[in-house]
Amino acid sequence: MSAGALEGALALPEEKYRVCPDTGLRVYAKAETLIKANAVVAVVFLAVGGLFGLLVALTRWPAVHLLPAEWFYTVLTAHGAAVLLFWVIFFEMAILYFASAVLLNCRLATPKFAWFGFILMVVGSLMATVAVLQGESSVMFTSYVPMKAAPHFYLGLILFAVGALVGCIVFFGTLVIAKEEKTYEGSVPLVTFGAITAAIIAVFTIASGAIILVPTFLWSVGYISNIDTLTYKLVWWAMGHSSQQINVSAHVAVWYAIAALVLGAKPLSEKVSRTAFLLYILFLQLASAHHLLAEPGISSEWKVFNTSYAIYLAVLGSMIHGMSLPGAIEAAQRRRGFNKGIFGWLRQAPWGNPAFSGMFMSLVLFGFLGGISGVVLGTEQINLLMHNTLYVPGHFHATVVAGTTLAFMAITYLVIPLIFRREVIWPAVARWQPYIFGIGVAGISLFMMGAGTLGVARRHWDITFSDSIFTFDYPGTAFLMMGLNGISAILAAIGGLMYVVVVVGSILFGKVRDEAAVKANPIVAPGGAVSAYGSEGTLKLPGTIVLVSVFFMAFVLYYFINWKFLSEVWPLS
Amino acid sequence: MAIQPVKGLWWNEPLHRMELIWIFIAFLWGVVMFSAMIYWHIAGQQNLSNEAYRIDPEVFAAKAEAMTEQYQIGEEGDTGVPVVHPPPGSDVYMIARLWEWWPVLEFEKGQSYRLHLSSMDWQHGFSLQPVNINVQVHPNYDLVLTITPDEAGEYTVVCNEFCGIGHHTMVGKIRVVEKQ
Ligand code: HEM
Ligand SMILES: [Cu+2]
Ligand SMILES: [Cu+2]
Repeated sequence: MSAGALEGALALPEEKYRVCPDTGLRVYAKAETLIKANAVVAVVFLAVGGLFGLLVALTRWPAVHLLPAEWFYTVLTAHGAAVLLFWVIFFEMAILYFASAVLLNCRLATPKFAWFGFILMVVGSLMATVAVLQGESSVMFTSYVPMKAAPHFYLGLILFAVGALVGCIVFFGTLVIAKEEKTYEGSVPLVTFGAITAAIIAVFTIASGAIILVPTFLWSVGYISNIDTLTYKLVWWAMGHSSQQINVSAHVAVWYAIAALVLGAKPLSEKVSRTAFLLYILFLQLASAHHLLAEPGISSEWKVFNTSYAIYLAVLGSMIHGMSLPGAIEAAQRRRGFNKGIFGWLRQAPWGNPAFSGMFMSLVLFGFLGGISGVVLGTEQINLLMHNTLYVPGHFHATVVAGTTLAFMAITYLVIPLIFRREVIWPAVARWQPYIFGIGVAGISLFMMGAGTLGVARRHWDITFSDSIFTFDYPGTAFLMMGLNGISAILAAIGGLMYVVVVVGSILFGKVRDEAAVKANPIVAPGGAVSAYGSEGTLKLPGTIVLVSVFFMAFVLYYFINWKFLSEVWPLS
Repeated sequence: MAIQPVKGLWWNEPLHRMELIWIFIAFLWGVVMFSAMIYWHIAGQQNLSNEAYRIDPEVFAAKAEAMTEQYQIGEEGDTGVPVVHPPPGSDVYMIARLWEWWPVLEFEKGQSYRLHLSSMDWQHGFSLQPVNINVQVHPNYDLVLTITPDEAGEYTVVCNEFCGIGHHTMVGKIRVVEKQ
């Protein structure tokens, strides 16, 4: 049954396209199949990688200390690659095809080439995963030289990146076709604009990746004798950080898409939201600097200018989205009549719809935990308090897990009915999933940041130092933090498992979504158009004003507290 | 809606007032944060040195050994690791290698030292606890930090850059004693 059903779910429908009964958009079969294939592989990697994450967190819980040291470092390396590379990027490929072919009513450019890219990505990701699990490539996500991995580790990553580049080319090709064949009128939708942002950044990212990974591969097989450690880091992070900006662009686009689909929300103004995306493109390249703040021999002028993305202009982009999104939601809700008080619109929001609840939690956690901690961590001098401590993984679990991953999970609840054309099975599990995962991830982010503030090292098997010739005890609170981190990890893992079960179950066994189901259970909100473009001028949005004010105060407060912490360490120059 | 194409001159639409105000505040805040880093270079006491030199690991090791020979005052417990008490203001060397920080250093409170850090092999992370000063140590680069310990006590150097299977055993010591 299951194999047949999977084939059924992935099989090409006969006709070239169908008209989506929910949105009225044309969905071309070849684009649809590619979206499905990428999404399915993504979820498989999330399942495996999430399990690795749990094993790592349980090992770092001193009372449990699950894995032996060698396994710990291997599994930690596998965790980073499986989730941050493979889960996220396969899912992003699905988003690119969705935002181009589906949203623009267009056929996909060169589907065969797209399949070629997909196969390269699958082969590359498997090759790298195998290399790590063989145990000779426990070099961590960053693979800093001169530590060397097996050649097929680098080769796998290169193949994967080339495959992703192919996906970007197909995406751009589709945009060109849509324009030429006039499949839409006016300017591309904001969500597509966000996807374009992501894809442009992806091209820059992959180029940097090629510049660093190809020589590293040649070095690993002996053709190059030496790679400078600082240069490696600079170029590696031109790839490593830019790819995080891809994730941000992609998940912000997903936020807008969910707000639009579920609530009919429109951005407050197209101009502002698009400019905010543009800021990402213009200033992100500088950010590789904030990974080099604690390195020798780089001037402060360079560090200050670049770590701040030239006076925080990319941060400005995120802060704009951070207001524009709740603003759009508030405006949409008020238009629909939920007008009571300051927060009536929020109380009356569809909290039982996992697409909405996941999206809103992703927005809040990304802003409050990920955004604020990231700016603080990236402040030139403050960085020395936290560099390479657990604060760093604490910060990026708030961004790529609570932010990106949760947003991707949320939109999956729309992809299942719209693209897989299945009903979500076990709605009760689906309803609770974003909360359980979100709370778990908020926990691991906060507790890792807490432990990091107390100095606990990242990527460290034994914080009791029992095999060392010297003794040292981190403060007791640090151990408490690691325990709470372990408990949160269990919660996050349960949330992740719920997601995987619902997704796989729905694809295999979900009721096929027929015309009746579309009527009975509409996915797409009726878009109540009030003004031609944005929601400007139509409404007062006091709730959003309160939300961004609270955010701003938290930001300012936490920022200055850390300067205070810094002023207490030994003077150094 | 954000999933639909937009027609017409959307770039000419007026802005929501709230958006304008928020953009203005966010931009100003960016300027404040940018200026804070510059201000700290002028008025703050904790700024990472950018002083660094290319150096061969053997040359660095020779300097550390010479310093140790000249200023050794004993050994740390029964570990056999030398304890060195260099004169205040001098150049002090600490070697990072798989998997130790060598030697143990003894500083006087309130005095400044030029602490040189370099690795003999892979990258390591100098994480001074519980003060919480964290910097990256590279092979072939000699990083110079001018530090002024301001409290007596025993401090630990933990390695916080993954450096292989013994990473979690890589611990060193710095002791700060009263002025002599
Ligand atoms: C059940 C969910 C998860 C749990 C419990 C978890 C837990 C952890 C823990 C405890 C660490 C190790 C910190 C250290 O010792 O340095 C870690 C590292 C990491 N995690 Fe996760 N994580 C989860 C999901 C994710 C997801 C979804 C992503 C990416 C989208 C992610 C990306 C990473 C990365 C990149 C690292 C760093 C690897 C390295 O240091 O090389 N994690 N995670
Ligand atoms: Cu080390
Ligand atoms: Cu280490």
